[in-house]
Amino acid sequence: MNHAWNGFVAGNWQSEIDVRDFIQKNYTPYTGDESFLASSTPRTLALRAKFEQLLAAERRNGGCLAVDTDTVIGITSFAPGYLDREKELIVGLQTDQPLKRACNPYGGMRMVRQACKAYGAQVSEKIEEEFRLHKTHNDGVFDAYPADVREARHCGLITGLPDAYGRGRIIGDYRRVALYGIDRLIEEKKKDKAALANGDFLQDTIRAAEELADQIRALEDMKKMAAAYGYDISAPAANAREAVQWLYFGYLAAIKEQNGAAMSLGRVSTFLDIYFERDFAAGTLTESGAQELMDDFVLKLRMARHLRTPDYNELFGGDPMWITESLGGMGEDGRTLVTKNCFRMLHTLYNLGSSAEPNLTVLWSEQLPEAWKRYIARVSCETDAIQYENDDLMRPRFGDDYAIACCVSAMKVGKQMQFFGARANLAKLVLLAINGGRDELKNEQVGPAMPVWDEEYLDYDKLLERIDFYRPWLAKTYASAMNIIHYMHDKYAYEKAQMALHDSTVHRFMSFGIAGMSCMADSLSAVKYARVRCIRSPETGLVTDFEVEGEYPAFGNDDDRVDLIAKEQVEKFFRALQACPLYRDAQHTLSILTITSNVMYGKKTGNTPDGRKQGQPLAPGANPMSGRDVSGALASLNSVAKLDYDVCMDGISNTFSIVPDALGKSEPERIDNLVNILTGYFAQGAHHLNVNVLNRETLIAAYEHPDQYPSLTIRVSGYAVNFAKLSREQQREVISRTFHVAV
Amino acid sequence: MEGRIHSVQSLGAVDGPGLRYVIFTQGCPLRCKCCHNPDTWAFGEGEQVTPQELAKRALRFRPYWKNGGGVTVTGGEPLSQPDFVAALFSILRAEGVHTALDTSGAGDLAAARRVLEQTSLVLADLKSPTEEGYREFCGGSLAHTLDFLRLTEEMGIPLWVRHVVIPGVTDSAGSLAAIHRMAHGFSNLEKIEWLPFKTLCLEKYGRMGIPFPLEGTPALEADALQKTLQKLGLWDR
Repeated sequence: MNHAWNGFVAGNWQSEIDVRDFIQKNYTPYTGDESFLASSTPRTLALRAKFEQLLAAERRNGGCLAVDTDTVIGITSFAPGYLDREKELIVGLQTDQPLKRACNPYGGMRMVRQACKAYGAQVSEKIEEEFRLHKTHNDGVFDAYPADVREARHCGLITGLPDAYGRGRIIGDYRRVALYGIDRLIEEKKKDKAALANGDFLQDTIRAAEELADQIRALEDMKKMAAAYGYDISAPAANAREAVQWLYFGYLAAIKEQNGAAMSLGRVSTFLDIYFERDFAAGTLTESGAQELMDDFVLKLRMARHLRTPDYNELFGGDPMWITESLGGMGEDGRTLVTKNCFRMLHTLYNLGSSAEPNLTVLWSEQLPEAWKRYIARVSCETDAIQYENDDLMRPRFGDDYAIACCVSAMKVGKQMQFFGARANLAKLVLLAINGGRDELKNEQVGPAMPVWDEEYLDYDKLLERIDFYRPWLAKTYASAMNIIHYMHDKYAYEKAQMALHDSTVHRFMSFGIAGMSCMADSLSAVKYARVRCIRSPETGLVTDFEVEGEYPAFGNDDDRVDLIAKEQVEKFFRALQACPLYRDAQHTLSILTITSNVMYGKKTGNTPDGRKQGQPLAPGANPMSGRDVSGALASLNSVAKLDYDVCMDGISNTFSIVPDALGKSEPERIDNLVNILTGYFAQGAHHLNVNVLNRETLIAAYEHPDQYPSLTIRVSGYAVNFAKLSREQQREVISRTFHVAV
Repeated sequence: MEGRIHSVQSLGAVDGPGLRYVIFTQGCPLRCKCCHNPDTWAFGEGEQVTPQELAKRALRFRPYWKNGGGVTVTGGEPLSQPDFVAALFSILRAEGVHTALDTSGAGDLAAARRVLEQTSLVLADLKSPTEEGYREFCGGSLAHTLDFLRLTEEMGIPLWVRHVVIPGVTDSAGSLAAIHRMAHGFSNLEKIEWLPFKTLCLEKYGRMGIPFPLEGTPALEADALQKTLQKLGLWDR
């Protein structure tokens, strides 16, 4: 047996790549409280201070400290970089200097040029020349897009498609590097490749063989990268520090190779806890030492950067990486997966200060240890940096070793991956149906033609018929775009490092999304329960405005009359998508998630029948339209809880902001009450909740005096952001959202 | 039977234990100077609803009622609609729900008894330690309030006494001590809630075109209040 595995309980994990089995056989559930935690050491504080100076310099420099315009980033293309070579316990940066960003043109050259330009730099002639010879993902996609995809994209009916940048949302099982070492992983991949020889070499087999060859090359590159830092990761990690370092090298290779929208970490805390416990037992590690390792690791994660364009930031504000770490949850055998190291991970928010990254995601179960529930509620109240997702809902569907990619997308680590695909704007679908397939703002024919609505008032049944006609067209157009994008991404920007840390045969999801759900539901509710008069543009004859006569029930008040409309429309859209065949036999999934793009989508959506005016933001994710959820916080939560996870298995995002006084009179009461809110919400089968406990005044102050709030973190839509990094417009939208107050 | 309600709040975290579904009844016989809900004063307004319908709406929030949570009826004055509140509470209690009555105690005691029979917890306002203070501050009666509190004691219903501390009005050391003493005279007292005066309702008065009787009175910080009470030896626990 490998000496690095001394002290571990044996199991299937030794003969096969099976990290879950290793965890189940070796981890120590923890049901106690946070009193064991250690505060930051002088070493950590010194590193933190240095990092904060760099952050300040980055802010002063317009959000980007430096760009290397000569080197295409890859696993081995940069020399080692350090924050402080003497003091760092965990090493490794994407480039040779902290916070320096690099060009990754495989997704598309245009984005790289724009991004460099935005920060006052220019792509070197060397890179330009290389990529004149190298076709990119973006080139391939636009070679294949049919006319209606281009039109739907142009009008903002389908937006945010990953057709010019890395798709992301793939989670490598970075734990494999620590547990097995690279050589064993290469050996397994070679076996899988050799097994292909038994079949006929046709398209699927040829592709699999090529991909496995790429994966093996990426694994070899990981070893070279680690060697440049003085580490040999060919063998398994032999102690806690090596486990953290090996795992981080795996992640680092991924973020060097890919600039995907979301580069999530997975579910590593409990895995690492096993190594910590072993070192504690051997007397070679103290609690303070363990916390230092986690602090240093998280500091590295906070230093990850991609080169983004201003357009991109408009969609996904705040320079996010979505380094999502899933914490806690329950095992299938009923033991909790909460370990001491889950506490340590959250404790980095205190030792290093609050932060948007990593994206800390607590897997909620009613069965979680009470002390952990109270701890996470306290951390929420104090930092606004945590999101919650329903483990009791996901575990039956994904087992107990899944993780969240990006914001709300569950997948079995190392066994499932997804083809990410932004979202279709359902509020615009309503307008398209009214205007006979013409875009309400551009007056261009987007979908199949039908006469513009010619009656004075909208009629619910007739409008539904029209939506039923346009929905399959939109679904097909969307599916075509996604199939093309992911075909080309596999071809020109394949994630070889991340896929090397998956099983060779993976299950694929294709994850569609919708925006404008509550706006659509309210619009249909207005048509059904109030009277909505059409106002036409004299020039174009299109219906471009509406007058709502009377009142209608709005989504977010626990009123079935409208909540069931929302539920029905979501399900119908999902069924329409399911009718479309998908690339690589992917499984259809759907999310209701907008990130911060609801602001931009609002600009691209004309006046809607619910009374919303053009330019006003749509609600984020599955949230009710801001200010319309007037029956208190829990009624708002109940409405969202009615949406069916089985048709939205890629996640249903809900963001909840409450002022501290409304949550209770004292901190212990606030903690109890937050636990009660989470319990009640998730018991109804709800999927996700971002929690902010803060006053609107704080945000207004941060809006007016950004320099005084450089690290104010808030949850927006499936992720945490540094408030100061949002655009002014996004900041205003966040301030205008519903804050639940006491009466 | 129908009652009149002003509004509901699905997340109440400050009116009784745990999370509460808070129902504001419409109509109040008192006119407290510090009232935060002048829009609940008038009788004959508000939404008309049956106890059955209201109970149904409230029970939607049952999943959130751990740690003793439940339903609180406040107002307005709930005891002005005793049969309605009693019927509502009786439905909820049959469902095993914790019921809290937030009241000034004003109104007929025989009717109040019928409500109390279905009540798990009384949140009773003690507005002033003197008869004169009561008349001046809210138009109510101390003697009647004490009768009501004795009824809750006789019936053995857990009691939280609430008292709004208003700078320059009810914050003298003697007055605070008298309230403390009076409240502790009841064997069913579980705790005193000292509520610091707030000015959040100013906007509401403005909108309704009613002068706010305590205009110009500064709000009190919870921390400052706690310090004062601790100094006076009135901070329990």
